[in-house]
Amino acid sequence: METKILGYRRDNGRIGIRNHVLILPVDDLSNAACEAVANNIAGTLALPHPYGRIQFGADLELHFKTIIGAGRNPNVAAVVVIGIEQNWAKRVADGIAETGKPVSYFGIEGYGDLKTIEMASRKAHEYVKYATSLEKVECELKDLVVSFKCGESDTTSGLAGNPVAGVVGDRLVEMGGTVIFGETPETTGGEHILAKHFATPELGQEFLRVHKEYMDMIESKGADLLGTQPTQGNIAGGLTTIEEKAMGNIQKAGKSPIIGLLEMAEEPTKPGRYFMNTSAAAAECITLMMAAGATLHIFITGQGNIVGNPIEPVIKMSANPKTCEFMVEHIDVDISGVLSRELTLDQAADKVMECAVQTSRGCLTDAEVLNHKEFVLTRLYPSA
Amino acid sequence: MSSHKFLLHEAQDDVGVAVADIKAGEEVMGVDIHSGKEFHVKSNEDIQLGHKIALKGKKKGETLIKYGENVGKVTEDIKVGDWVHTHNLKTARWDYGN
Repeated sequence: METKILGYRRDNGRIGIRNHVLILPVDDLSNAACEAVANNIAGTLALPHPYGRIQFGADLELHFKTIIGAGRNPNVAAVVVIGIEQNWAKRVADGIAETGKPVSYFGIEGYGDLKTIEMASRKAHEYVKYATSLEKVECELKDLVVSFKCGESDTTSGLAGNPVAGVVGDRLVEMGGTVIFGETPETTGGEHILAKHFATPELGQEFLRVHKEYMDMIESKGADLLGTQPTQGNIAGGLTTIEEKAMGNIQKAGKSPIIGLLEMAEEPTKPGRYFMNTSAAAAECITLMMAAGATLHIFITGQGNIVGNPIEPVIKMSANPKTCEFMVEHIDVDISGVLSRELTLDQAADKVMECAVQTSRGCLTDAEVLNHKEFVLTRLYPSA
Repeated sequence: MSSHKFLLHEAQDDVGVAVADIKAGEEVMGVDIHSGKEFHVKSNEDIQLGHKIALKGKKKGETLIKYGENVGKVTEDIKVGDWVHTHNLKTARWDYGN
């Protein structure tokens, strides 16, 4: 099958399939200026978000890592960073500059929004001219970092969607590619099985430790997860218990060994299959994977999760024939034929990979067409 | 192609997953996804696509097997052909003293 894609080769050798000029706010206060710049200059993308002030410790570090990761992502050609304070804007820009891509930063304090917007707009103008002069070159599917997640899962996800994702991931790893999946709490009930998928017993033990730490954190809040797991959507789709949901979820792991356990938004260092320690909330999880450098996301849904991401195109597949019919505008790849046994897992995987190739060549995913740009930062605890 | 109405993850599973809506009283055929082995059962109730149908009787307190694994504890007796969901099955993990 066709595995040649079209991508932008960045200065650091990484391959992107989109070519965004980002207008990136460091903090909530800078959203207005970023959105004004994006209104002024065609071909730019503002990423407004509600955080970035008086955070501290690990929560602040994750904020920086996620914001910087968004700018570093190979789907981004150039970045204008705007923050209320110069020094934090500089810190973000410095992190992005390591990739070799053009980046500039502006602090609003001492200038005000209007002067900042003018200066940043002129820089954005220059970056759009630069970005649109770049040409795509032929690359391989393995040059992408592909992330996987499932959402609004039902029993069809465990029967077809997630096993197909497992096959696609195995093929990409076989080609020399890099794949990431995660959702730590949703492995509960299957964590002992997933632990055996890690390349070494030590990594498996480390995963079990990370899983326990996550679950202890949830229990320490005194919350009853039975109220939220499985979700109402999961239950409507026939999933009854967290164990059953987890067994479906971990079908995404495929057969190739998991060679690394990534922290939230941590970039993989070499090709292979990775598990990232994340929440199962779709937009948060995809944002963290995007910030780790994932350039294409494959999302498996049962009942019809509609999530997208501003930087990482999200391809959605479903094996639920009702979802494929009633939410047709959201489903890029209909694999319901697996349930009717008209499509093998391998044939379904072919369809997904064909869609990935087309997406690299410029076809918009349904989430892109429908303007789904969920950029959602994960908070570890409240600001001071 | 067979006109199956449910699928099994593993041949030893206690339940099948409906891949089409099933009517009460309907005689339905299901297939193990690995071996293609057929299973026949008469449904006791309407069972929607994606929901589980019991292939074996289960007593309250017993473990339910799907994917060849323990996926929960039976909370009400289950007869062959029953719909299996939150009214007769719950997690064995997050018990919170229940």
